[in-house]
Amino acid sequence: MATVEQSDGTLGAAPEAGVRRRDFINIAAVSFAGVGGVAILYPLINQMNPSADVLALASIEVDLSSIKPGQAIKTMFRKQPLFVRHLTPQEIQAANAVPMSELRDPQTLAERTKPGKAQWLITMGVCTHLGCVPLGASDGETRGPFGGYFCPCHGSMYDTAARIRKGPAPRNLEVPDYNFKSATIVEVGKVAK
Amino acid sequence: MSFPWAEEYRPKHPLMRWLDERLPLPRLVHGAVGGGYPVPRNLNYFWNFGVLAGLALTIQIVTGIVLAMHYTPSGDMAFNSVEHIMRDVNQGWLLRYAHANGASFFFIVTYVHIFRGMYYGSYKAPRELVWMLGLVILLLMMATAFMGYVLPWGQMSFWGAKVITGLFSAIPLVGESVQKWLLGGYAPDEATLNRFFSLHYLLPFVIAGVVILHIWALHIPGSSNPTGVEVKTAEDTVPFHPYYTAKDGFGAGIFLILLAFVTFFLPNYLGHADNYIPANPLSTPAEIVPEWYFWPFYAILRSFTSDFLLPAKLWGVLAMFGAILLLFFLPWLDPSPVRSGSYRPTFRWFFWILVGDVLVLGYCGGSPPEEPFVMISQLATMYYFAHFLIVLPILSWVEKTEPLPRSISESVLHGEHAEAAPAHLGGISPAAAE
Repeated sequence: MATVEQSDGTLGAAPEAGVRRRDFINIAAVSFAGVGGVAILYPLINQMNPSADVLALASIEVDLSSIKPGQAIKTMFRKQPLFVRHLTPQEIQAANAVPMSELRDPQTLAERTKPGKAQWLITMGVCTHLGCVPLGASDGETRGPFGGYFCPCHGSMYDTAARIRKGPAPRNLEVPDYNFKSATIVEVGKVAK
Repeated sequence: MSFPWAEEYRPKHPLMRWLDERLPLPRLVHGAVGGGYPVPRNLNYFWNFGVLAGLALTIQIVTGIVLAMHYTPSGDMAFNSVEHIMRDVNQGWLLRYAHANGASFFFIVTYVHIFRGMYYGSYKAPRELVWMLGLVILLLMMATAFMGYVLPWGQMSFWGAKVITGLFSAIPLVGESVQKWLLGGYAPDEATLNRFFSLHYLLPFVIAGVVILHIWALHIPGSSNPTGVEVKTAEDTVPFHPYYTAKDGFGAGIFLILLAFVTFFLPNYLGHADNYIPANPLSTPAEIVPEWYFWPFYAILRSFTSDFLLPAKLWGVLAMFGAILLLFFLPWLDPSPVRSGSYRPTFRWFFWILVGDVLVLGYCGGSPPEEPFVMISQLATMYYFAHFLIVLPILSWVEKTEPLPRSISESVLHGEHAEAAPAHLGGISPAAAE
């Protein structure tokens, strides 16, 4: 970029002696300004990341004690619906009976629940096709032919492990990070310590 | 437009030549702030303040745009959204403090810039329009700063909005309607906050537009200089780049250090504590004071205490606006043929009296409206107007000025006595060639 053409030999060393004093000062000053400019970019860009109050809601606690077998609840997690479902022994059996080869996104029920807590199926209520909220978590809603969830937008059908079985959705309903704080309290959004 | 010896833009790289034939933007930059703009070689550090004001405007626009991403202009939410910025948004505290103190620094450098123009007679022909466009920028800055101060919706925001819009109610006959129209109601409320936010976002870009006109008008005759003697030969000038980009860069460094110091260590020093109390239409703060940069004008406003033909309030409003409008006529109120205060021994005295007078007005404007401040502001207001309406016109007739140097280079190359640095400022020497 900018260099000072200095024909005057009295300033600094002769050109053939390598880097002149003035070149050094020039490059040092411009580099320092450049580093400062980049440093300023950090807050200007980082301010667009989720703020502390948004992050404070990044994990929620769900009380499972009132959910009876066969029932499900819908709650909000990170501004999106979260399904918490208490599976009946029949539903667990049905999920375990499906051969892996039949699945589009092969996962066992055990992989989608916590050890010893296979009756608690916790998934996001967001269809992996285009983000609609599937039916089946509230009383009286259809659960589709596979007994799990049914998305009314484009007919994606999920089974009792919330795995995709039929329809356009590519993946199973997402299982968020969660851990059991106690027998009946689940902390969603955080893995166990 | 430039001097005939201005270095022409000659792109070496084929891509730059290709661009130059289609969109000569680099040519424009080269001629405006590059090697193609010849500048008097004797500018002192007071000539940094125009560039610093441009830098301050840029800081305000950049920090303001990101603050607007988190701010909510609604009566219920405005105060809380500002606290949300301070506590929750990543580095929000930094961005808001930089914006609030950036406004103060913008005014500091602008006021120095204006007083520099007054001392060195930069407003005189052929630069009258440069001066007047600068005053337009000052008025726009004041409107923008006032509306910005209302946005946090604290006690000072609310009552400041009430008092300032109340000024318009002093206009005979239509005043009350004008105030209602400005506020969108009978007192500052939802509608006021929304329109102030909209205009506070718009006006900085209007300022940027007028800044372009200001620089354009300046570059027709070229920059003035401490001697006030016009450029005569190529010897009198150096290219803007690298000489003044380097000098302005140094000034910008000092400016940013000071801004950072205040932002990090004294972020609320220039603000008022009452603005951390949410706006309450039912409780007036003990005393309502505007931001420091309005204090001199606030003192003029309050110095009219008794009715004389017109109501005192109207006199105050007229005087306050008159104090700035008067400056539009400065090029004709001071017809002395000598520009620079460095060669006007009597003018110099009055100039520094004016500076002191404005500082006194500022101190009184920030003090409670009681004696002795009322009496002092009345005297200071009188001098302010007398300075422009009486002192300057008479001075231009009777003052015996000192001999001017024949040219800029003569003043630079032939001894300190011929230089224009005001000795009582410690004699800042121009950037002379070694």
